[in-house]
Amino acid sequence: MNINLELTDKKAPVSGEVRMSTKNLSLYYGDFQALRDITLNIPENAITAVIGPSGCGKSTFLRLFNRMNDLITGVKVDGRVELDGINIYDRDIDVVELRKKVGMVFQKPNPFPMSVFENVAFGPRRHGRKNRMELEDVVEKSLKQAALWDEVKDKLGQSALALSGGQQQRLCIARVLAVEPEVILMDEPCSALDPIATLRIEDLMKSLAENYTIVIVTHNMQQAARVSDMSAFFMMEEDRAGILVEYGPTAELFTNPKDKRTEDYITGRFG
Amino acid sequence: MKTRKAPRLVSQQTAFSLLIAATAVVVIPVIVIIIQIVLNGAGAISWDFLTQPPSQAGKAGGIFPAILGTFYLMLGTIIIALPVGVLAGVYLSEYARDDWMTRTVNMAIVNLAGVPSIVYGLFGLGVFVLMFHFGMSLLAASLTLACQALAMTVTTSREAILSVPREYREGSLAVGATRWQTIRHVVLPQAMPGIITGAVLAMSRAAGETAPILVVGAAFFLPALPQSPLDQFMALPYHLYTVAAHIPGMPRTTIWGVALVLLVVVLSFNVLATIIRLRARKRRYST
Ligand SMILES: Nc1ncnc2c1ncn2[C@@H]1O[C@H](COP(=O)(O)OP(=O)(O)O)[C@@H](O)[C@H]1O
Ligand SMILES: [Mg+2]
Repeated sequence: MNINLELTDKKAPVSGEVRMSTKNLSLYYGDFQALRDITLNIPENAITAVIGPSGCGKSTFLRLFNRMNDLITGVKVDGRVELDGINIYDRDIDVVELRKKVGMVFQKPNPFPMSVFENVAFGPRRHGRKNRMELEDVVEKSLKQAALWDEVKDKLGQSALALSGGQQQRLCIARVLAVEPEVILMDEPCSALDPIATLRIEDLMKSLAENYTIVIVTHNMQQAARVSDMSAFFMMEEDRAGILVEYGPTAELFTNPKDKRTEDYITGRFG
Repeated sequence: MKTRKAPRLVSQQTAFSLLIAATAVVVIPVIVIIIQIVLNGAGAISWDFLTQPPSQAGKAGGIFPAILGTFYLMLGTIIIALPVGVLAGVYLSEYARDDWMTRTVNMAIVNLAGVPSIVYGLFGLGVFVLMFHFGMSLLAASLTLACQALAMTVTTSREAILSVPREYREGSLAVGATRWQTIRHVVLPQAMPGIITGAVLAMSRAAGETAPILVVGAAFFLPALPQSPLDQFMALPYHLYTVAAHIPGMPRTTIWGVALVLLVVVLSFNVLATIIRLRARKRRYST
């Protein structure tokens, strides 16, 4: 095997505390099955990467955890998706509360066309925080956490659209952090960014992983190798349904894959 | 090279001339009409003309009550048509399921714009004047014009709301905002320029309508200005129609003068709508 992927200085091995999981999870867009029978545990305060070829259902899988797929008509979910042992697809689940706990960062930076401050304060405001001083504290804290404070502290009142792409993405991360989530989902958060901005986001993710459970979708395997503790490799079956091929600690999956298909993919033989 | 390029060039020039000719056919009559009205009507315009009530069946005095009546009408129309239009637009774009019912409703609303305005007038007469006992009044006329304007305000609101990118909605929902909060704080502010543009255009159209108000409350002459929404009113288009068609010995300058004032009112609202749209666009793209 000949992989020159540089693996991160691994932190202490994943503690094993399961934060989220799917059990025999299948998802359908109308008649089309996009995910088939996926069972997987996501550990607490670690970064789990979801990799695989385009169209294999990575985004669909990620959007299960904050029920973003609910927005699409005709979606049907079979099986369980659990957060702390509770099935979040149960009927009595409050989706708004769920999304406060499970934040999401999107592929294309999507700051609102408002000021930097209002972007970060958006979530807290919607959840009833009105006090200006309190909001200022939250905004500052979140921007610091997102490693953006120094760059924007003098232009909090300016339009967020004036920031660079990398800054916009960190702003979106700050916007999520401001509602104090426990889990952060990231769908190819660096795909629209240049390499330097990408590295900054990766550093940020690593520091956030101390306190947050992070799931990141990426089609960049170097990135998965660099930042993640666990990796899940997805693929399509003949009928284009996404399946989980292999899941394990990133170091193992990349250096010693158990499945031939994983090996072929990470050595660049297909996909 | 030359021989191959020539025929392409010729056909391009032909197409070009055709396009220019077609544009001219559209633009020239408009310009001629405007020039005609301005040249002939400017002489009638004076401070008294704009601020005094008419006398001698409109042959002397001014047209202030008609101007005021038209502004009241526009205001009444928009106060009713804008909120209803926005709410219906929000429902149709955000909540209604995309089924045949919704599509039928959408189509019906678009087609409402094609209903002849006198039909709205008769509807208003039957429903607001007689059935609801509002009588011939500003209220009945505003409601009637609002029904007509709804076709426009609902459609433009719906389209403005639908054009707000999905990423914004997702970004909002993803931090735990409710659906309504997302509409209220993200979608509507983004859609507002489009909504306002539609509303302003609907207002300028209402200002120019003659047929519907004829049967629901416009009067040619009233001794006093309307004191309540239940009073009758004067309005510019109806005044113009009457002085032009029914008063013998009417000075021609006065007729053109009324036309000029009506034109300025309507056009200035169209210009306003354009300015709102351009400013919103500039704000969106300037970063
Ligand atoms: N809203 C949708 N409706 C129908 N099919 C969809 C929808 N979104 C995604 N799909 C399909 O589901 C499959 C997985 O898509 P996605 O999760 O976006 O893959 P990935 O993120 O791995 O590229 C693809 O075949 C895609 O065409
Ligand atoms: Mg994707």
